[in-house]
Amino acid sequence: MTSAVSFKQVSRHFGSVRAVDAVDLEIAPGEFFAMLGPSGSGKTTCLRLIAGFEQPTAGSIFIFGERAEGVPPYRRNVNTVFQDYALFPHLNVLDNVAYGLMVKGVGKAERLKAAEEALSLVRLPGYGARRPGQLSGGQRQRVALARALVNQPKVLLLDEPLGALDLKLRENMQEELKSLQKALGITFVFVTHDQGEALSMADRVAVFNDGRIMQVGTPEDIYQRPNTRFVADFVGSSNVLPPDFVQRYSGQHRWGSLRPESIRVSSATSGDGVAARLVGTNYLGATTRLALDAEGLRLHAVVPAGTSLPAEGEAVMLTFNRDSLHLMDETA
Amino acid sequence: MTIAAVQSDPTPAILPGSGGMRGALSDLFWRRPKFLLTLMLAPPLLWLGIVYIGSLFALLAQSFFSIDEFSGLINREFTLKTYGDLLQAANLDIILRTVTMAALVTLASAIIAFPIAYYAARYARGRWKALFYLGVMLPLWSSYLVKIYAWKLILAKEGILTWLLAKLNLLWLLDAWLSLPIVGGNSLSVSFTGTFIVFVYVWLPFMILPVQAALERVPGNLVEASSDLGASPGQTFRNVLFPLALPGIVAGSIFTFSLTLGDYIIPQIIGTSRLFIGQAVYSQQGTAGNIPLAAAFTVVPIVIMGFYLWGAKRMGAFDAL
Repeated sequence: MTSAVSFKQVSRHFGSVRAVDAVDLEIAPGEFFAMLGPSGSGKTTCLRLIAGFEQPTAGSIFIFGERAEGVPPYRRNVNTVFQDYALFPHLNVLDNVAYGLMVKGVGKAERLKAAEEALSLVRLPGYGARRPGQLSGGQRQRVALARALVNQPKVLLLDEPLGALDLKLRENMQEELKSLQKALGITFVFVTHDQGEALSMADRVAVFNDGRIMQVGTPEDIYQRPNTRFVADFVGSSNVLPPDFVQRYSGQHRWGSLRPESIRVSSATSGDGVAARLVGTNYLGATTRLALDAEGLRLHAVVPAGTSLPAEGEAVMLTFNRDSLHLMDETA
Repeated sequence: MTIAAVQSDPTPAILPGSGGMRGALSDLFWRRPKFLLTLMLAPPLLWLGIVYIGSLFALLAQSFFSIDEFSGLINREFTLKTYGDLLQAANLDIILRTVTMAALVTLASAIIAFPIAYYAARYARGRWKALFYLGVMLPLWSSYLVKIYAWKLILAKEGILTWLLAKLNLLWLLDAWLSLPIVGGNSLSVSFTGTFIVFVYVWLPFMILPVQAALERVPGNLVEASSDLGASPGQTFRNVLFPLALPGIVAGSIFTFSLTLGDYIIPQIIGTSRLFIGQAVYSQQGTAGNIPLAAAFTVVPIVIMGFYLWGAKRMGAFDAL
């Protein structure tokens, strides 16, 4: 089966800056694919390479098997939801949504009908006559989505689309985007720096750092089995364990990772386990996050709310299941 | 320990007033911001309202007086006779000529200004941007008369332009143009074409700057969004860039159009002997001593600009503001 998007050794350099460096990537048709990474990691440049706003310095890009280098954005059947939505301020909502059909020469009645349908799809029916300036952030986001979807793109690109929304709205939109993607079956490529967003929405996640992909896999893969210290550290807040520490518990001299929720904390001062001192507690609602100091190694543990906790500064004993200690591929 | 230290800190929570007139005034202005606003706005508003608009109305009132043709004295009674004079064929010719010239100058300025403004707004950064502003503003720093006389030399029969075209073997082109009716003449410096060129040159900065300011406010990602949605560069220009730049173009055209409508120096130095509105006003109030007709002539550009702005608003030129 041809990939929806395929990168073969794609690089995009800006002078001496390697924004994207020899990236190989396969995105399957109908997939909800997330590109996750810190700012400046190359994920947005990758998105812009798919959209056609950037051209690769080296390598080749295929969209549904067709070569995309040198093809301008307006000849790609790919649409983008921009980070700040980029709605046309001089057009009303309906004309914004119908814009793609208008430039393709679709008749007025037909394109306005399609735009109205797209607006109902994003649950904004009847908002057509308003100006973008009269909408809230969440509504603009939906209009941007409708404006892209009305063209029935082969691939929909979303550049941090939820970044400007408040938490509650963001959670709603996450669910909506996911069900929308399922219903439409369009390939979604989603750029975000929010690991929670990537894990909860995507079928697969690519973790970017310094213009390279560190790891590609299902959210579970990425979360449970990070292959490098960077991924372990960036995706959630895993404890990264140095090789010497890991050797004591697994016998192998390799970097390891341990999820905070797999650490158990007890106030016992003797017995099996890692001796540590509790240095801080953060109340997070459903859970409490503990900062621990194990002979100079800073660890985090997450315990359910309501667990009785020792006081800050007290000695504690940490235990964990050997199976939950994940050994990373990255060599020591 | 630290809390006790903070509590014994002698710094008060509310600082004492700085005292004196200045302190009292600062506090007053802070409490009554509208008072400060009134103080700041009163002098310029008085200036505009009385000195500027007041004298303009005094001038307009003159257009409803008439001149006694025998004595040359002004008859200060309300009459529309002067407007009757204004509508004579010769005067209508002057108005039509001026409006056509102003419209062509505005159109040409907009066409020339757009790419320059687009470059400056979208691509020029740092040093290049400074160079752009310098390049656009520099002509405004030198004397208007010097520039016009320089152009007279450039456009003259013995001037550098004729010389250059001769060197390029393109003199036939110039001769062909000059042999055309209306726009032609003995040389460029005594033709309407020359007047047009100099008008465009002199008013161009007034078009470039507002267009550049308008384009500067168009986020770059709107152009990308248009392209992303399938619009070719031409479609993006027509559907996104042009409508969003239109307020700037209209602002610039108000300058180029009204400045051309009112100018009387350029057509006097460069061009034919046929009059423009500005020259008509100049000669009516000067040599002819017909202040009412001169005043009636000045009403023409005001009325035209009024219609122009009304039309621009109806076309939606200010919707993107």
